[in-house]
Amino acid sequence: MEKLSKYLYKGYLPTIGIECHVQLKTETKLFSGIDNDARDAKPNTLVSHICFGLPGSLPVLNEKAISLAVKAAFALNVRPQIDSHFDRKHYFYPDLPKGYQITQFEAPIILGGNVKIKLSDSVKDIGITRAHLEEDAGKSTHKEGKDYSLVDLNRAGTPLLEIVSEPDMHSSEEAKAYAHELYLLMKYADVSDANLFYGNMRFDVNVSVSKDQNKLGTRSETKNLNSFRSVEKAVDYEIKRQVDLLEKGGQIIQETRGWNDAKQKTFSQRSKEEAHDYRYFPEPDIPPTKLDNNFINSIEATMPVMPEEWRNILKPLNLDPSSEDLLIDAEVEDANINYLPVIEKFIDSKEALKKVTNWLINIEIPLRRDNPEVKALSTKERVDYYQKIYDLNETGSLNSNRAKDLIEDILKSDAPITDIEKYASDKGYIQVSDESEITEIVRQVLADNEKATNDLKNGETKVIGFLIGQIMKQSQGKANPAIAQKIINQLIKL
Amino acid sequence: MKKWPLITTIANDVNNSKTTAVELVEESLRLIDQNQEYGAIISVLKDKALERAKFIDSEIKSGKNMGRLAGVPFIAKDNILTIGSETTAASNILKGFIAPYQSTAIEKLESEGAICVAKANLDAFGHGGSTENSDFMVTKNPYDKTRVAGGSSGGSAASVVLGLAPFALGTDTGGSIRQPASFTGCIGLKPSYGLVSRSGVIAMASSTDVVGPLTANVSDCALVLDVIAGKDPLDSTTIDRQSGSYEDIDDNIKGRKIGLIKEYLSDSLDEEIKQAINKTTLKLKSAGAEIIEVSIPSLDYALAVYYILCSAELSSNLSRYDGQRFGYSDKTAVNLSESYFKSRAKGFGTEAKRRIMIGTYVLSSGYYDAYYRKAQLVRTKIIQDFHEVFKQVDFLIGPVTPTTAFKIGEKSDPLSMYLSDIMTVGVSLAGIPAISIPMERENGLPIGLQLMTKQRKDKELLGLARKVEELI
Repeated sequence: MEKLSKYLYKGYLPTIGIECHVQLKTETKLFSGIDNDARDAKPNTLVSHICFGLPGSLPVLNEKAISLAVKAAFALNVRPQIDSHFDRKHYFYPDLPKGYQITQFEAPIILGGNVKIKLSDSVKDIGITRAHLEEDAGKSTHKEGKDYSLVDLNRAGTPLLEIVSEPDMHSSEEAKAYAHELYLLMKYADVSDANLFYGNMRFDVNVSVSKDQNKLGTRSETKNLNSFRSVEKAVDYEIKRQVDLLEKGGQIIQETRGWNDAKQKTFSQRSKEEAHDYRYFPEPDIPPTKLDNNFINSIEATMPVMPEEWRNILKPLNLDPSSEDLLIDAEVEDANINYLPVIEKFIDSKEALKKVTNWLINIEIPLRRDNPEVKALSTKERVDYYQKIYDLNETGSLNSNRAKDLIEDILKSDAPITDIEKYASDKGYIQVSDESEITEIVRQVLADNEKATNDLKNGETKVIGFLIGQIMKQSQGKANPAIAQKIINQLIKL
Repeated sequence: MKKWPLITTIANDVNNSKTTAVELVEESLRLIDQNQEYGAIISVLKDKALERAKFIDSEIKSGKNMGRLAGVPFIAKDNILTIGSETTAASNILKGFIAPYQSTAIEKLESEGAICVAKANLDAFGHGGSTENSDFMVTKNPYDKTRVAGGSSGGSAASVVLGLAPFALGTDTGGSIRQPASFTGCIGLKPSYGLVSRSGVIAMASSTDVVGPLTANVSDCALVLDVIAGKDPLDSTTIDRQSGSYEDIDDNIKGRKIGLIKEYLSDSLDEEIKQAINKTTLKLKSAGAEIIEVSIPSLDYALAVYYILCSAELSSNLSRYDGQRFGYSDKTAVNLSESYFKSRAKGFGTEAKRRIMIGTYVLSSGYYDAYYRKAQLVRTKIIQDFHEVFKQVDFLIGPVTPTTAFKIGEKSDPLSMYLSDIMTVGVSLAGIPAISIPMERENGLPIGLQLMTKQRKDKELLGLARKVEELI
């Protein structure tokens, strides 16, 4: 039994459930062969007779959407339903051309599942009630002061997966962590571009508060949140608003609310009394979906390593939590850059793994984030580079600072650097470890710095740093400082 | 009443330059013009049809074969989209609507050289059994102008009987091909559900809507079906064709078991129809068929179930006519909801509104289980009962309608109009194929015989139809 007292706000237990609309990354729309990517398209240019709801037009289910939903099921840790079907949900609005939305009401493709969310001090399971496929509506624009509205149907028919959580969350931290984890799951499973800026994921948060921990309070639903931060803020705002209202003797009404990001406030949109009767019934134009077990298994077999698994891989490295999060987020920031396969390559040597992971966290990821123009390299190229850099570092030819320089050069170089060792050597990154060569330099430096040499002979070891510095200067940074020190010791017979 | 040669003969003559597509189209256009008083035609595609005819003739001149329907004029019910020309579903809300894409059925016919010359009248959106619910006009029965031609494909049936074109396309949701075929005395086939694509057909009730031919004889019917039948990537509910050609039919009925549906032979059936059926039954028997009386008790509920499910689906299908993107839009409205209310109130006729109300009601929360869900359960039972009875017999026969064509204006009460569908809706709910074929009659009005069989046995059904045609 979960200890609920830690969640109490002024004696009230907040309870949160989240519905998330995930836009699936299909080439074409859910029920028509029209381009699904409307980001740069002029309004109403990606519209067929089906999207437009013309008389006689019939929806034809995009099978890719089914495959992606099956992937999403595995990402949510559950097998998809063998039998599902679409229903019609009726309401009138100009951006809903047919007068109904095709959705899965009675028999969704996903029932059950769970999401492991990572909190500052623990991990928690959030249950998934269901997830269903549906088509998006078009986009309405209401211009201030105009007596008309504009409708763009480019988005009409875009495939969405609506993921409904159980009311298992009790704080804004958990709500935010859930939203973030869902984002990672959809990205890792390659189900969605999950670009929040373009509204690829939209969150509706249901919040209620109750003094009686065994009874849920009346909930409000704040719709269309498009960032993890707004999820967190809206939940905080609603908890406070509801508790304050109840404390003042008021009553919570079940309603739909919107989020004003500028004011950081929710606002009332529509109460339950104004709610629609959607008159759902099975969509007669689309035969029920029956999935074949072999098909399900074949998709399961292609599931990539998911974030939770990756966290387990990284565990032995004892990374600090923010570094681990950085890696896990970075993995899905650019579809062309994968860090995990590089890390996997070094998994057999803990030493190498730690070093390469640190290079990724401290050098490559920040560099790519700050310089989006840095070109993508294939996993193989990067594994080869890191292997060579590691080898050079390991043998003492390349110190840590030079390793950083080298990695940056490789990433920023316009032409691929084919011979790393030669390049590093030409750039003067390689340390001189040849003792006779270094001995020459040491002798010279000791002779040039008589006072320091005498001080050292008299036991003032703190001048070693100065002498090593001189040696590095003399060697233009190439001398291996450890070897230089060893030679000083030999020559002065400390 | 013009009698056209067999469609195969016409197409052969066109392909062999014995006649021209232009002559055929001109003949058809002339007949359409002469027979305007019957109210069968909503719009004529004169220029387009002639243009196509000229093209076909010139291709043939250059040595090409233009297909199995080369140069054959036809008439399509006006709820089937014809690209570039008006398609109204006989409703004011779609008056002036120019179809921006082609229906699959028309596409397939045209690819075999057929030429659509006109669009036929119907009850608006298919809601009715007499074309009296057309927002434009009533189609009159070619045998008695004071009587209806049936509906909703009344314009298509009358066109074929008047000989305006060798064949017509209709749609059947609860009897809309079979009943007007029966009232006017032509052949009307309702194929298995899904055998003909609904893409580009203005939906009435999606789960029973089927496109089918209305023709003067069974051979023409088989040919047209063969051209339009088959799976369509644009309609997910379409099914595979039977193997081979639908023209390749076997009319041997020796030893075939034919079930006479008891429920359809009640006292409310016109005596005249009963006698015609008895006569035909005797002929089938002497031709070697075994006639068995069968009972399908759940058919008693078919009409109620049909009017619940059909209204539910059509109320949904008619939602898109909202005055916002196409069709009638009321310009006096000052805001969105007023635009919806006024456009739909003025655009839809009385029957469409009545059915939208019924459909909306049966789908409303609190009533869904009592009406829609229960009706679906009974529908499943009806399907099972048909399935059971086809274990005993190969075919079913019965009347198409309880009466012959009634007088225009006679059925002012909507319920009595609904009751005239009582013998056709069971087949629609079960999705099985059925055909109406005219029986012998003495000076009276045409009477159709309804033949039915298992789903996807349309070819066998055509075999029996040809036998009946031969016997009568």
